[in-house]
Amino acid sequence: MRPFTYERAASAQSAVKSASEHPNAKFLAGGTNLLDLMKLEIETPAHLIDVARLPMARIEETPEGGLRIGAMATNSHVAADARVRARYPVLTQAIVAGGSAQLRNKATTGGNLLQRTRCAYFYDTSKPCNKRQPGSGCGALEGLNRNSAIFGASHACIATHASDMAVALVALDAAVEVLTPSGQARSFPLMELHRLPAERPEQDTHLVPGELITAVVVPPPPTGGQVYRKVRDRASYSGGLASVAVVGGAIALGAVAHKPWRAADAEAALASGASPAEAIGQELEAASENGRNSFKIDLVRRLVPAALDEAKANGRGA
Amino acid sequence: MKTTITVNGEARALDLDPRTTLLDALREHLRLTGSKKGCDHGQCGACTVLVNGVRINACLSLAVMHDGDEVTTIEGVGTPEKLHPLQVAFLAEDAFQCGYCTPGQICSALGMLAEVAENQPSQETADLTGKIAFTDDELRERMSGNICRCSAYPQIVAAIKSYAGELA
Repeated sequence: MRPFTYERAASAQSAVKSASEHPNAKFLAGGTNLLDLMKLEIETPAHLIDVARLPMARIEETPEGGLRIGAMATNSHVAADARVRARYPVLTQAIVAGGSAQLRNKATTGGNLLQRTRCAYFYDTSKPCNKRQPGSGCGALEGLNRNSAIFGASHACIATHASDMAVALVALDAAVEVLTPSGQARSFPLMELHRLPAERPEQDTHLVPGELITAVVVPPPPTGGQVYRKVRDRASYSGGLASVAVVGGAIALGAVAHKPWRAADAEAALASGASPAEAIGQELEAASENGRNSFKIDLVRRLVPAALDEAKANGRGA
Repeated sequence: MKTTITVNGEARALDLDPRTTLLDALREHLRLTGSKKGCDHGQCGACTVLVNGVRINACLSLAVMHDGDEVTTIEGVGTPEKLHPLQVAFLAEDAFQCGYCTPGQICSALGMLAEVAENQPSQETADLTGKIAFTDDELRERMSGNICRCSAYPQIVAAIKSYAGELA
């Protein structure tokens, strides 16, 4: 690890103030992804602002009938919450599909959203990667791209977003609350947090540097069944090859794009009476492959109708 | 940077480079070498310790993040003279070969059983609103963050089941 200075933030306001005063500062919450990347010197912050103990770990009812999940609530805490399990089972299922219990006990809601890609070229500092080192090229384009993106990729980057939790939250139409560097609160749809790589794959999100995620808000659960399904190489503790969250008529896909991928074309087709197979076929018309990841197109083609059927059955049981 | 961590019931004052992980603080500064460094990237679970009763990977945490926390390592679970019942079960079931992953397996299993007692779900939990049925599949899923290179998994499962049965 490169040397850094460390402080424990006294408040969210002082955390964003400190971030604006220190060049190359980063917020530290659970640390399960950031510290790993710091050991590999992929992340080299000069200053860490520890926000883990800020009073932002509660899960509260909103007046609208949804839940406001504090950014410092651990993944385990959210997955085990009785209200989440009863009303948002897709969120519990997605969270427990990710990482190991040890990681989920430490990782936070905000940190999970901001975890970085697991693309092998991002991790291997001897290889080109536009996300790690802008302008160096993309090793995955012609390389080991078995787990690369099939939606929304660019010639600069075909990395995928690794979060399971975020896929469920996008299907639930969650919103993100942040504190700006000047201490103002703002809120926007989670769908608009992550960005596609285009020419700037080093930017994972639309956050302004120094902005702090303070909470995620889920609206009241819509009618209809929910389910999260994840396909991977091992039965447990493995990143996804493709995953899907179904919430009523909403469909979000994981491990297939630079961001949690809302399958809007499939949703529209379903809403106008298409069969699940026809609907995902519509979505996949926009898919692209780079060789080794071509199987993911067939995987999604089979996974989504199966998940839609399962969600429908879950909805009937409720 | 000054940090005080209560380790196995004893307050320990440390003055550390902020880069020091909790694992390195335990092993290199407090000479508690029971917690093992396997991968150092949170993938193997050999460094698993309990922080305020919750299992985490000590390699993916900075010691300075734990000022005021209570950490339990394998040295605090049992001693050669007074083994913890789970350690006795590991011996009885022959639940290791080289033993390198064992401290992490035992700390992880203790944390895992507390999670089950609190009815925390896993991906093997079919009914998210009911009480967890503690099946072998649940046990294996919940221990998937601990790798055993010798592949003593059947015996590890047997040891944990044996100990959990004593509790029941």
